[in-house]
Amino acid sequence: MTALLQVEGLGKRFGGFVALDSVDLDVQRGERLGLIGPNGSGKSTLVNCICGTLRNESGRVRFGEAVLDGLSAHQRTRLGLARSFQLPRPFGSLSLIENIRVPILYAVNARAGGGLTGAALATRCRELLGQVGLAGKADLRPRDLTQIEMRKLELARAMATEPQLLIADEAMAGLSHTEVDEIIALLIRLNEQGVTVIMIEHIMRAVMAFSQRLAVLVAGRKIADGPPQEVVRNPDVVKAYLGE
Amino acid sequence: MASLADKTSLDGALPGLRGLPFVLLLIAVAAAIFAAGRWFGSSYAFFVGYVVLQYIVLGSAWNILGGYTGYVNFGVTAFFAIGAYSTVVLNKLMPALPLPVMILVGGVMAGLVGLGTGYLTLRLRGVFFSIATLALAVVVQTLITNWDFVGGARGAYVMRPKVAPLIGGEYVQYLFLIMLGLVVVVLATARAIERSALGYGFAAIRDDEAAAEASGVPTLRLKLIATGLSGGFMGMAGAPLPFYVTYLDPASGFSLNYAVNAIAMPLIGGTSSWLGPVIGAVLVGGLQEYLRVTISSAVNVLVAGVLMVAFVILAPQGIVGLFQRKKR
Amino acid sequence: MDASLDLLLNALISGLLLGGFYAAVSIGVAISFGLLDVVNIAHPAFILLGSYVAFLGNTVLGIDPILSALIALPAFYFLGVLAYQVYYVAFERRDDQSLRGLSFFFGLLFITEVGLVLVFGVDYRTVQARYIGATLNLGLFELPLRLLVPFLVSMLMVVALQIFLSRTFVGRAIQAVAQDQLALRLMAANPIKIKRIAFGLSIATASLAGAFLIIIQPVEPSIGREYIGRVFAICVLGGLGSFPGMVIAAMTLGIAESLTATFFGPSWAPAVAFGILLVTLAVRPSGILGR
Repeated sequence: MTALLQVEGLGKRFGGFVALDSVDLDVQRGERLGLIGPNGSGKSTLVNCICGTLRNESGRVRFGEAVLDGLSAHQRTRLGLARSFQLPRPFGSLSLIENIRVPILYAVNARAGGGLTGAALATRCRELLGQVGLAGKADLRPRDLTQIEMRKLELARAMATEPQLLIADEAMAGLSHTEVDEIIALLIRLNEQGVTVIMIEHIMRAVMAFSQRLAVLVAGRKIADGPPQEVVRNPDVVKAYLGE
Repeated sequence: MASLADKTSLDGALPGLRGLPFVLLLIAVAAAIFAAGRWFGSSYAFFVGYVVLQYIVLGSAWNILGGYTGYVNFGVTAFFAIGAYSTVVLNKLMPALPLPVMILVGGVMAGLVGLGTGYLTLRLRGVFFSIATLALAVVVQTLITNWDFVGGARGAYVMRPKVAPLIGGEYVQYLFLIMLGLVVVVLATARAIERSALGYGFAAIRDDEAAAEASGVPTLRLKLIATGLSGGFMGMAGAPLPFYVTYLDPASGFSLNYAVNAIAMPLIGGTSSWLGPVIGAVLVGGLQEYLRVTISSAVNVLVAGVLMVAFVILAPQGIVGLFQRKKR
Repeated sequence: MDASLDLLLNALISGLLLGGFYAAVSIGVAISFGLLDVVNIAHPAFILLGSYVAFLGNTVLGIDPILSALIALPAFYFLGVLAYQVYYVAFERRDDQSLRGLSFFFGLLFITEVGLVLVFGVDYRTVQARYIGATLNLGLFELPLRLLVPFLVSMLMVVALQIFLSRTFVGRAIQAVAQDQLALRLMAANPIKIKRIAFGLSIATASLAGAFLIIIQPVEPSIGREYIGRVFAICVLGGLGSFPGMVIAAMTLGIAESLTATFFGPSWAPAVAFGILLVTLAVRPSGILGR
């Protein structure tokens, strides 16, 4: 079986700075992958290149049958590739339920067979908000939300695109212990529904609890990739995290 | 669906009205205004009314791009003058052409210029688009000043027919009626956008473009739609102008007043709803006419600028926003 | 000597001199837009204000226009500080720069223009100085002092500001403020205060640029608008925030306009800036010396 996401030799530089240096990464359908690395190691750049927010200079990204290079971000979303942003970026002037409405109108309804309108659309929006525990706040604006609620809205909006692959970019930074557990449970539930998930995270406890496989990025290179317990004992990884 | 749309509170004034009834209501209001004008029978009222209607169209057109997607077009005069000068050209080449056809042509021309400018600059940060439109106004003015066929810097005279076609009476009544028709079209379009997927896409772009893309919104295409529509309506608003003023030169056709009013009126009325530009145009347009009659025409042009600055600082949501806040 | 070659040479020289003046007009925006990310489209209105101050100094007090501009410099600085304070409180802090912040400056532009019409009327105004009208004959070509003096003072101003930005603490802080506000806070500098100083400086340059403007050509309130396209074309072409790039771009535009005016007629010159702006935005938005 071929992988759902295949990243081959991905390279990206900013001026003279090499952000990604020929990165390879395969993600299998239904997998839960953790992606870790120190600050500035290129994790977010990798996400941005996979999702089309940035253009990679070399290498190739395949998603299912499709080659993604050259496609814009919204086209990738429509193919089933969703992301949450590191800092939540809600649509500030829209209510929560309208925030969810946008991806359904533009991602789900743009696909063949999609076409939620009227009451069905409203019901689906509420259902998605319900899945992240925000059903009661459907008519509020994002500015009325707490930090964790904002993260949940961010995830709900990504889930609303009905993705095959979800990339959660540091969805738990700054959250409390129990809040982190809540988000992990949410992502695992999503994975059980068949969505492949890449979790990018600094909180090792969360990564270890969530991931079936772990990849490590350091200075734009992938230095380790394998079962989590082995990867964290890998001498290169230990060195990168703890120094000499 | 209707109940959901109400919750958006994009227009609290006429909740629950779907597309067709709303258009019928607009037409009824327009017909009533026109009938009242006929009964009143003052050509002064028609001349003043025309200007206010023209600003409703201009302001609403600006708002489709500026208010809904957040991209500021400072080149209103360019689009407006393209409409006006396309009428001058058509009137010289084919004087028999009915005015509505000329308006359509003017609208298409201006819309295409909007698309072109947008295509070149809308991939970049919004501010570059704004700067390009500022410069666009200067370049279109330069082109027309150098174009002898439309009178160059000296300007062009356009004969205003004495009698209005179809409806009889003074020609200005016909101009008024045509502009009233444009108001109905532009308001119906604006409201339809607000309630459609397009409106949600525009709002998403205004709030966060990267997040909009990540949600599947084709941002460039939507921005081009907004720019084309907005520019097109501005051109349509300008197309009847030569018949209204009968003499058109670059200095008056490209007067900064048009741009300031078209931007000030939605900002004063409120940019989130189709109603905002209407309120702004009626209030500011009315106030300007009052000041022009009572004080002087120099002071009245200041009003829009000063009010705009005051509103963007003190009441960023405009008059509509003030009402919505009170209601809560 | 061939007549058209002579024409070409003179067009090149006057274009170069014009470019020096354009650098003075643009340096304020190179600071506000390039370094501070404040899109002050009202900058030409401040320049026009400078022209009328020079006009008043010249006609009422009988002093040199450039000297009047230097005297008015502090007043313009504080005008800039005030304008930034309003902008910061009303828009930047609310994170509402794009729509309403831009409209605010557009309103300022319009109010200034109409205000000048109300006070001075729409007639063209000029100033008197010994170097206006005189030329320096260098055999092959003539240098009109009307252009040469603004050119020299303008270059002096650009160099002085460049030295200020690269050598002083405040100058370095200004260069840092757009890139890393956090690092600035760690250096115990208040970013808002730094931006206020920088914006004050940017408006102060308008005082001198305004004096140059009225030395070079007669001035009436609406000509400020012509400079919006020019100023932003220069700043974008030069690569935002780079003074050397800005000067090169200013010279390029000056020469392009001068050639256009010589060979196609002066009424076409305003379109040149727009062409350059659009091509730059479409082809290389980071400018000639951009990152």
